[in-house]
Formats: sequence, C-alpha cells, structure tokens
Amino acid sequence: MNIDAVTTGDALPVLEVPISARTVVQGAASTRDWQPQHHDHAWATTRAGTKNIFLNTPNQAGWIERYLTDWTGPHGRLGRISFRMRRPVYPGDVLVFRGTVTDVSPDGFVDVDIELTVGEETATTCSARMALPRSDGDNPWQRRGDDWRP
Amino acid sequence: MSVALEEEVRARTEALLEQWVGVELDAGPGDIACERGFIVNWVEATENANPIFWDDALADQITGGPIAPPSMLSVWMRPLLFEPDAGERIRPLELHFRMKDAFALPEGIVTANEIVFGEPVRPGDVISTKQRVAEIGEVRSNRLGTGRPWTVEVTYSNQRGEVVAVESYRMFCYVRGAS
Repeated sequence: MNIDAVTTGDALPVLEVPISARTVVQGAASTRDWQPQHHDHAWATTRAGTKNIFLNTPNQAGWIERYLTDWTGPHGRLGRISFRMRRPVYPGDVLVFRGTVTDVSPDGFVDVDIELTVGEETATTCSARMALPRSDGDNPWQRRGDDWRP
Repeated sequence: MSVALEEEVRARTEALLEQWVGVELDAGPGDIACERGFIVNWVEATENANPIFWDDALADQITGGPIAPPSMLSVWMRPLLFEPDAGERIRPLELHFRMKDAFALPEGIVTANEIVFGEPVRPGDVISTKQRVAEIGEVRSNRLGTGRPWTVEVTYSNQRGEVVAVESYRMFCYVRGAS
C-alpha cells in the first residue's frame, strides 16, 4: 500500500484476539520476560494484586506491530510507537483492536491512533507512526539518515 | 486513599530525587545475539503473518535480508537466567530495580512505553544498551497502592554503533494497601 492510498480519518480493519492463559504465557516466553505476574497466577493475585496473570508490555507492542502491518503490508515500516496501558489484559478477555489514521505526511509517514478494548473498557491506547512507500518503487526500509526521522 | 501513607512515602523519598534523576548505566552487550529461533517464537506468539518474517526471498527484496520485528527490541537485552560460572548479573532495566530498592517501593508496573526505531535488527546482531533515569514524578495513590512514577530511557545500539532504537518506560512503583 502506498501513502497516496491513505487519507486522514481512514479506519483500519478491526482485529479481535481471544486471550487465553497460553496467549499470556507464550507472549511472555517469546519476549524472554519471566517476571512472575505474566506466568504465575498465585504471585499475580497475592503479590501484585491483579486478578490473574496478564499480557506483558513487549508482547502488547508485538500485537500492535502485527495489527499495523496486517494493514500496511510488508513495505510498512514501524517508525515510532507509544502506548499507555490502562487496564491489564487477562485470560478470558477478548482484545479488540481499532485504529484510525490521524495524519498523512508528505515525507512518507502516517500517524495512527489505536485503541485496544476489552468489552466496554479501554485496555490500552496507542499512537504509532508508520512509514509507507511514497510512490511505486519507493521502499521505506531503505531510508537512512535524514530520510529516516520518525 | 491514605494521606498519611502518601506523606510517609514523600518524606522518605524526596531527598532521593536529585540523587537519581539523570543517573546512567551502561549495561553493555546482551547475552544473546539476534537469531531466527527467537524471531519465529515471536511471530508465532503474535500470529504475525507478515511475509518478511516467513519468506527469505521476499525479505531479501524488501529489507535486504532477514530482520527481527522491530517491536522485539527488549528481547535482545534480557540476560540469560542461567549461565555456567556467571558472576553478578545486570538485570533488564537494572536502573529501575535499583531505584525500587533505594526508594523502598517494592512493587512496580509499566504504565506507558514509547519506542522510536532506527536501524533494523538482523540475525547475528548483538545489541548493547545504555539506561538513564529521565524523570521521577510526584507521590500519588491509585487502586494498586501509593508510590511514585518514573521514566527510564534505554538506548539500543548494534555492534556497528548504529542506534537501533530509543525506548522510554514509564513505571509506577508503590507500596500496596493505600486505597
């Protein structure tokens, strides 16, 4: 997808991800994050004070990157991501991703606001900047130096 | 909310702020190099079908060869949990844990995270990190407890000295039982 196919206000396709204990533990393992609140139910509930184990931060970043590149295709290059976690995501939750394009820049970047919800609750809010091809034949992965300032 | 607890936390941590803001730690190179097995585990866990992680010929065309998903960054800084004859180890986000000890705030969660990406990380790359305490916030209470937020920045560089990313972790560290 080239940047000229994107307009401010465009909505990204919705993604629903059912979260299980396996999702949480596999996510933590793939990030090499062995903090106990991401795999040890007893520790999470009695020590951390949460109601269950919950998705760790890098794994949420991984899910958000996947959501964005599902939309852009492989030429989309993640430049910047900022997110705030408002509510833990637990096994049994269905995590719903929604995104809206907030800016399209002539230098080849698009800004996207993303909301991750569980039921009626906002779990995580995110702002991301993706580089897209400026024209046929342009490849954001080849940008360097002054051409890569996300 | 316990006003008394807030005052107690403020009183015993206020003097530490000047001492800790701006402190840096060079954590050196990670224990593991970027490699394909970790990448496969990551894209499996996030059900990521992006073909640049599954099709080497396409990766050659688009990214100049295989790369790791940019969001995998922190994987390359986490130390091995076991290594023969390992000495004292630097933990992931070591500065954060040293601050928790110094401030006597035993619990901590990440509340926000920002990453600005640079050069892609490729199999074989060894990533070094430098950490810095960017900011320490005011005492506050929430449903978890009473404590302080703080921000630790991590700069990631490859073995060629190229910056692959700068990441900010916003934490809330607390003692339980305030609300």
